[in-house]
Amino acid sequence: MVTNIGIVMVSHSKDIAKGLYDLILQVAPNVSITYVGGTVDGDIGTSFETVQQAIEENTCDQLFAFYDLGSAKMNLEMAAELSEKEIEIMDVSFIEGVYCTAALFEMNADLPAVINELEKLMIKR
Amino acid sequence: MIITKELAQKWFTVFAEKVIQDKEQLSEYDRIIGDGDHGMNMARGAQQLLSSWQETPPVHLADVFKQAAMKWISGVGGASGPLYGTAFFEMAKAIGTKEELQHEELVNVIKAGFDGIRKRGKSEVGQKTMLDVWAPAIESLEEKQLTTEILETTLTKVTALKATKGRASFLGERSINEVDPGAASSKLFFEALLEAGDLNGD
Repeated sequence: MVTNIGIVMVSHSKDIAKGLYDLILQVAPNVSITYVGGTVDGDIGTSFETVQQAIEENTCDQLFAFYDLGSAKMNLEMAAELSEKEIEIMDVSFIEGVYCTAALFEMNADLPAVINELEKLMIKR
Repeated sequence: MIITKELAQKWFTVFAEKVIQDKEQLSEYDRIIGDGDHGMNMARGAQQLLSSWQETPPVHLADVFKQAAMKWISGVGGASGPLYGTAFFEMAKAIGTKEELQHEELVNVIKAGFDGIRKRGKSEVGQKTMLDVWAPAIESLEEKQLTTEILETTLTKVTALKATKGRASFLGERSINEVDPGAASSKLFFEALLEAGDLNGD
């Protein structure tokens, strides 16, 4: 059984988000992953509404959220504050962080082990 | 002077008009130091706010700030959406049910906005951000000394700083002597306040 924690990815670029999603799908086909890349108009950037959508569309009520750059984090924080879901925003390297989490979730690793791995990938302050 | 709903609405209207007018310039600053969309993003929120007031004008003083917060959070995006949105929202909360603000109350409301930006951006004064305009502007306002000249001098000082927060911090030393777009738009916000009414008088 796969963990009941989902993954949300927020990127400034639709191609980065989609590319990372495709990558993760290889290792974690059973984890609930939603993503948003770029703005509503498909431009580079992040917007609150699309982040909110990615959070709500995820089938899990507990989420680990990952982002690429600072402004994505701010929109994530605002959406997290307004959401009923329990959302943990991870200040880790984007690709490695998502990949590692997804792989561990897929094999149903216990939470402390996942957190322990993520701590090694902390790069954002 | 006393801030009423009418005056606050004028303040935000002038701010929105200034943002729309200067959008190219703001984006140009952002192209050098960030990702080049500050002007366009801010102008989108500004335009949405002005349009929304045609249909649903604010009823209470706090509504002016609440409506602006919503437009910035949902319509602007990027970093400036959450930062300005949080500032306006915290200002609305500080106003509460008051329909008028005395000078001292206005200062406290703007301080609440400042704290909102600080928390949202996890930043402090001196990092070449919006805060470096807000902090001295609040100080001058408190002493009833806020002028466009002071705002001009402030922005010049911010420009000389090295960015240690936000996208511009990736540029390191190269951020020195470049205008911070958030600081530039913050200057417009305080200029708009000055244009809306005589703040330094009684």
